[in-house]
Amino acid sequence: MSVLGQAWAVARMELRRGVSWRSLWVLMMAFAPVVIIAAHALQDHTHQLEDETLILNGIVQIYYVRFGIFFGCLGLFLRLVGGEVAERTLHYLFLAPLRREALLLGKFVAGVLTTVLVFGTGVTASVLLMYGHFGEGRAYLTHGPALAHLRLDLLVVLLACLGYGAVFLAFSLLFKNPAVPGVMLVLWEGVNGALPAWLKHLSVTFYLKPLFPVELPVKGLLSLFTVVAEPMPPWLAVTGLFVFTGLVVTFACWRMKGIEVSYSSE
Amino acid sequence: MSGDRRIVFEDVSKFYGEVLGVNRVTLSLPPGITSLVGPNGSGKTTLMNLMTGLIRPTRGRLSVLGLASDDHVAIGRRAGYCTQFDSFPRGVTGRSFVRGWLGLHGLRAEEADRLTAEALDRVGMTEAADRKVAAYSKGMRQRIRLALALSHRPEVLVLDEPLNGLDPMARAECLALFQGLAGEGLHVVISSHILHEVDRVSDHVVLLSHGYVVAEGQIHDVRTEVTDHPMQMLVRCSRPHVLAAGLFAADHVVEVRIHPDGKGLLVRTRDAAAFHRQLNRIVLETEIGLEAVSPADDDVGAVYQYLIGSDTEAV
Repeated sequence: MSVLGQAWAVARMELRRGVSWRSLWVLMMAFAPVVIIAAHALQDHTHQLEDETLILNGIVQIYYVRFGIFFGCLGLFLRLVGGEVAERTLHYLFLAPLRREALLLGKFVAGVLTTVLVFGTGVTASVLLMYGHFGEGRAYLTHGPALAHLRLDLLVVLLACLGYGAVFLAFSLLFKNPAVPGVMLVLWEGVNGALPAWLKHLSVTFYLKPLFPVELPVKGLLSLFTVVAEPMPPWLAVTGLFVFTGLVVTFACWRMKGIEVSYSSE
Repeated sequence: MSGDRRIVFEDVSKFYGEVLGVNRVTLSLPPGITSLVGPNGSGKTTLMNLMTGLIRPTRGRLSVLGLASDDHVAIGRRAGYCTQFDSFPRGVTGRSFVRGWLGLHGLRAEEADRLTAEALDRVGMTEAADRKVAAYSKGMRQRIRLALALSHRPEVLVLDEPLNGLDPMARAECLALFQGLAGEGLHVVISSHILHEVDRVSDHVVLLSHGYVVAEGQIHDVRTEVTDHPMQMLVRCSRPHVLAAGLFAADHVVEVRIHPDGKGLLVRTRDAAAFHRQLNRIVLETEIGLEAVSPADDDVGAVYQYLIGSDTEAV
């Protein structure tokens, strides 16, 4: 079996394990905006397309990307290998005829598929609900740019899951308690807009910002989350994030090869 | 026997930081049942983790059937390891646990299903296979781990305390299974604290203490080399008093005790070969009726006591 075949076998095994009650909070985070938008659609009958568009993009750019996907990836990717170590089950995988890098790659793929599916569905449902409950919104969906925006939003979801997933997976292999660097990353990503140009490149947010379809007119601290301080072409942003993810996953594979399993009670 | 049929340690050491796991271990294990015997912390699990590639040696070289110990893919195909760690992925049944693991071997689904059923049957877990592992008894969990280790038909089976948690009947069944596998030419490497049962099935014994190999080989050869402790021989015969008087005359005989039932002797001798010659001579001269002669301390338990001592817990 090739390395990719081995990785796919691991990914299938991970996906078959499914979502346990321990990760239900990720589903709740992904679908909380959907519930709120549904309540808004039922109660508020004075819909302005411009307002709804801004609210929706605020939800996607600030809630989903900065909060939901970030913490969802933190919870899921830290446990992909870290959970196996904590529950003393990693040795079963190490005893299978698998290359260690295929094992890590398979887990990463499973994590990305899961988070993209969960948050992609959440974002899609939010967009459809936000525009689907009033006439002007439905027209914006069918004849306007809403679907094109949704495609860009889904691309951002994919890239965010790749980038944050890779970083958190690497953290789980680097640190015994990855929660601390996780908090550091929250701060790093938060103040990224205020960092020197060369440091901005070491951030997932840096590559995501140019891809958002709508610029939010926010001021003050929140603008750190939304303003593109150093615009870059979307193709370069996408390529940059893929390269960033590739580098981090390669590093994680190298770390994985060095891991030893010894739960010895001796 | 060529090296590619053996498990070979060449001056292998393993340190966990500053803590010694094993030190300067040189071994060449042939197929058959090899028992690792030693107290807690002697390095048994470290040796097993090394030979299955879970850990790497700090120094030295190690090969399993001619494969380098860092060749995880090849070793994973040819070796099975039943660890002593009683942990399982959440929510699995016995069958899904074994089947899921076989899925990582790149087997076709039907083949994986067939091997799963075969492994479950071998450890007597077919009926309980579809129940959650979390609801199993300790012995059942042990058997499922054994099924996993066996499931891909490995050539090397490494078993860390495989008899733990099993009732006497299950222990006997497992030992018979190990003997059967060894008879098929497999390496079966066992650590167990149930010395008398290990003794019964072992072809080869490795005694460990504080990370060092104290002795290794066939148990009779190891016992013969332990010259500090005279060998004990049990002789069943008629007229034991006459035999005792004859044996006492020999220099190599340290002690002779008449058996409480008056139908035999317990003899301690420094030279087993000389004892047998002396015994033959006396029997011929006095026409004593000899029923049986057998070593009384030619077993793992006795060798363990002599070499490692009673101050450590037998494991």
